[in-house]
Amino acid sequence: MRIALGVGLLFIVSLVIFGATELLPGDLANELLGQSATPETLAALREQLGLNDPAPVRYWNWLTGALTGDFGVSLANGRPISELIGARLGNTVFLALYAAALSVPISLILGILAALWRNSIFDRMANAGALTAISFPEFFVAYILVLWLAQTGLFPSMVRINPTTTFGDRVYMTFLPALTLMLVVTAHMMRMTRAAIINLMASPYIEMARLKGMSPLRIVLRHALPNALAPIINVIALNLAYLITGVVVVEVVFVYPGLGQLMVDAVSNRDIAVVQAVALIFAAAYVALNLLADVLSTITNPRLMHRR
Amino acid sequence: MNNFDMTGKTFAPSRRGVLKGAAAIGAAGLILPHTTASAAAQTRGGTFRIGIGHGSTTDSLDPGLWEHLYVQTFGSARHNYLIEVGADGQLVPEIAESWSSSDGQTWVFPIRQGVSFHSGKAVTAADVVASINHHRGDDSTSVVKPLLAAITDVRADGNNVVITLEAPNGDLPYLMTDYHVPVLPSADGKVDADTTDGCGGYIVESYEHGVQATLNRNPNYWKSDRAWFDRIELVSILDPAARLNALITGEVDLIDQVDPATIGMLESRGVARILSIPGNAHYGFPMDSRQAPYSDNNVRLALKYALDRQAMVDVILGGHGAVANDNPIGPANRYFHAEMEAKTYDPDKARYYLQQAGLSSLDVTISVADAAFSGAVDAGAMFSETARAAGINMTVDRVPNDGYWSNVWMNPNGNTAFCATYWGGRAVEDHMFTTAYAAGADWNESFWSNDRFNELLVTARSEVSEELRREMYHEMQQLVSFEGSTIIPMYNNYLMAVANKIATPEQISANWNFDGFRCVERWSMA
Amino acid sequence: MGFAASVILGLAALFAIAWALRAAARATFSGQTRSLAHDIPLTASFGLLVIAIYTFVAIAAPALAPFPEREIVGGQFQAWSAEHWLGTDRIGRDMLSRLIYGARNTVGIAFATTALAFVVGAILGLWAALVGGWLDQALSRFVDALMAIPALIFSLLLLTIFGTSVLTLILVIAAVDATRVFRLARAVAQGIVVMDYIEAAKLRGEGSWFLIRREILPNAMAPLVAEFGLRFCFVFLAISSLSFLGLGIQPPTADWGSMVKDNATLITFGDVTPLLPAGCIALLTVAVNFVVDWQLHRASGLKEQ
Repeated sequence: MRIALGVGLLFIVSLVIFGATELLPGDLANELLGQSATPETLAALREQLGLNDPAPVRYWNWLTGALTGDFGVSLANGRPISELIGARLGNTVFLALYAAALSVPISLILGILAALWRNSIFDRMANAGALTAISFPEFFVAYILVLWLAQTGLFPSMVRINPTTTFGDRVYMTFLPALTLMLVVTAHMMRMTRAAIINLMASPYIEMARLKGMSPLRIVLRHALPNALAPIINVIALNLAYLITGVVVVEVVFVYPGLGQLMVDAVSNRDIAVVQAVALIFAAAYVALNLLADVLSTITNPRLMHRR
Repeated sequence: MNNFDMTGKTFAPSRRGVLKGAAAIGAAGLILPHTTASAAAQTRGGTFRIGIGHGSTTDSLDPGLWEHLYVQTFGSARHNYLIEVGADGQLVPEIAESWSSSDGQTWVFPIRQGVSFHSGKAVTAADVVASINHHRGDDSTSVVKPLLAAITDVRADGNNVVITLEAPNGDLPYLMTDYHVPVLPSADGKVDADTTDGCGGYIVESYEHGVQATLNRNPNYWKSDRAWFDRIELVSILDPAARLNALITGEVDLIDQVDPATIGMLESRGVARILSIPGNAHYGFPMDSRQAPYSDNNVRLALKYALDRQAMVDVILGGHGAVANDNPIGPANRYFHAEMEAKTYDPDKARYYLQQAGLSSLDVTISVADAAFSGAVDAGAMFSETARAAGINMTVDRVPNDGYWSNVWMNPNGNTAFCATYWGGRAVEDHMFTTAYAAGADWNESFWSNDRFNELLVTARSEVSEELRREMYHEMQQLVSFEGSTIIPMYNNYLMAVANKIATPEQISANWNFDGFRCVERWSMA
Repeated sequence: MGFAASVILGLAALFAIAWALRAAARATFSGQTRSLAHDIPLTASFGLLVIAIYTFVAIAAPALAPFPEREIVGGQFQAWSAEHWLGTDRIGRDMLSRLIYGARNTVGIAFATTALAFVVGAILGLWAALVGGWLDQALSRFVDALMAIPALIFSLLLLTIFGTSVLTLILVIAAVDATRVFRLARAVAQGIVVMDYIEAAKLRGEGSWFLIRREILPNAMAPLVAEFGLRFCFVFLAISSLSFLGLGIQPPTADWGSMVKDNATLITFGDVTPLLPAGCIALLTVAVNFVVDWQLHRASGLKEQ
């Protein structure tokens, strides 16, 4: 059932994306020829690219291809899409996992501590620090990190990796983008952790535990946290999805060859086959993460299992 | 070698001949093959890493679709052309050993022997023919198709390539320098447009579209005094700050499009120097002359007096450019008209022309995006401010970069009659005018049509008298400037920053950016 | 360092004023207001003060700003001086005036966007959780489909299609944000709708709207309020990111997000100019969230300090 829903969702996404790119002004031929377009060359190029077919026909062609696992070739330069995406998908996943590995533990720990010591100086400082970090635009955080950590020679200011780069080099070169992303997503997760826990602190069973003389840490970890997991898991899933799908700005600043940049390029060039393929990957990642989050939330709140 | 010998010898041009429209071509003296003296001792070796503010995953290898600095530089690194534009603007033989024409209509290009592609295949006349034909014909998608439309036939004749035109044109050799027309390997009369094989100084090792390309020196390169680096790396860095950072941290050696506002700070770091090369490139604001109110030349003049050109050069270009007088012909052009009455910011004059147009005030909308040129949105805001003092209420409409050239430029939907544009400038006047100012030209962005101008344009092509030709081009510039429908406030310099460890020649080409895209083969390690 | 020192001094001064005002409020008022003033932590009173100042600046912008928003009054990037307290921007407009007008535009846009996103997203989310079944499935899948498309790229698509007026900008960002709010509201409400008191209310025959308003919303308020504080600030960032990708607010309108972008390259050389609008955003973000935290704390019913 879940899987079927997921597939249905991917189908809706492909329709929405296709529709939206159809509505965009201009087409691939316009974008390829740019300022140099003439009616004659436009017509010739459209003919070559098969852009003259009506939209439903083109969608159908794409869909039948995609269903058989053939995502086709990039219309702009004729390269197979699987080849275009391959290495970039790996890069995107690597960066997302790297940033998640840095940010999830930190935000959980900070969130729990902030809830435990709520309204203390620590709480306020962690809060203000995290908020300040996210209130700077991503590219600006990146510039500041480059100013401090790259211009001093500690880390490279841009990422130049290829499939042969070793893991160690990758971790080193990708540190600044991962750190930028960590600063961007930590506040959200940390605050949700804190809020979800505090929200439960007035519950009778917590009151009970307190009256029993349990230590605050134990109360938070044993009683509050498990019940607060649902919203926390959801926020983590959202942020993980963001780390995979939404990091185009960081990719641009660090010249990181990921999928976001590919998608923006393809959108602005109206290379619909590439847009569709990347959008589907993003959607699939998103669906998978949310499925996981839903399942985990259900497990943590047994009452949800017995609905209707 | 220098066998282009037609001034007065092969045929004797006369005033009468010109008037009769007989076979006579102009600019004869200009187009001499020319060899630059070899530069001072340059060192071999090293890796030259270039960060370029362009590049997209959808970039095509097909030269007919090249349009930005990344693919242009990449193309020049791996390909050769029939003819090269030297750093001093003179034509230099490359794959064509020389060129000649007896009548300006049929041109003969002997092909250099002993040159081979990276694959080992020898460069032949057939390859050249196929390379040119790639841009011709009904199913060609090349952007230079309109420019080569006057070619009626290209054929190989032994080691020669013979090009026939529909009418004499002395500027043909210039067309053969166009960056879209490299010499590609062919089979059965067709080129493989998506090949990375070429006969240039560097062999492609890897290419990730929109990310990076790496090239190694071609050990069999036929030029001994070129291609000094062992290795070239071209990295696409779209973000201006990231480009600057990459240069400062030593990760690249050359960057383009330096933000003028940061030049002073960059220079004070002492790791790199700024190269600011004046050329014919210019920024402009075309108005659709078919549409009111721009159909009235008084309105156009009012707008031309309502902007502060010097302030734009100072702010938008950071001083790295020159004030332009609505003239697409630049100071680097041969027949540049420098004595025209300069238009300065003059709200009173603007008001006067508005009155002449029967208007007391004027409401216009200018559509701008930084896709047109870097700083276009700021330039629009400045224009709007200065225009206000002249009673012109100018709304700045910032439109998306995405789709700018297809959706905004040339007013395709009738609601962007006034927008922003950018031209790379052209080496010859005729090329510029024919491309963007002749009535009915595909890229006549202001839809301007002036009978006198169109007549002069055709006449000048075959005029041989230097003096008369100059007069004609001056008159054309006067017409474009004072009656034309494109406001051109500034010529922008090619602005790049290069690391101190790279040696650059004394003279750097004004023809295109990056030393005419040839920095890869002309420059060397210091 | 002078810059850092003045920032710290400024913040300290704000805290001092906030403290003084709270003390004054405690002394002046009586009854409920007084107990409110007594409860309020210093951070929250700091937040309230900052919000009050921003609101005042936003409303009184034309009276406060020394120069008009759009007028070019000097050269490019002039240094700080008596005439131009914070210098001039890229094309020679007064930086201080732009910041002041920016308060009006930025805060206005961000508030309108977030409010819209919350009204739409929260109501739909709570409703979906309450009713469940096919409605829940249909809404959730639709929202999932929209969320599965990266927000920034989706906004980029929509803005390119529909144009870049301020109204479209608000609608597009609100639409994208509403999906996030929907998801959170639904997740939170799912934990609530299985509670006994909801079952009881249902048995009493209460309608959906009543249940959402009176039973679910109050109990789902805390995480939603926390989310509001963040979403509000994300709007600035969205505008800033959009302008990084070449879209955004129409000139000559001053907006902090775009101002950060316009001056961002200067930070490469350690120049503080782009920090000014970024700092304005950061200060407001922190202030809003301090107040949100305080409300969150009150809503949780915890009395211990």
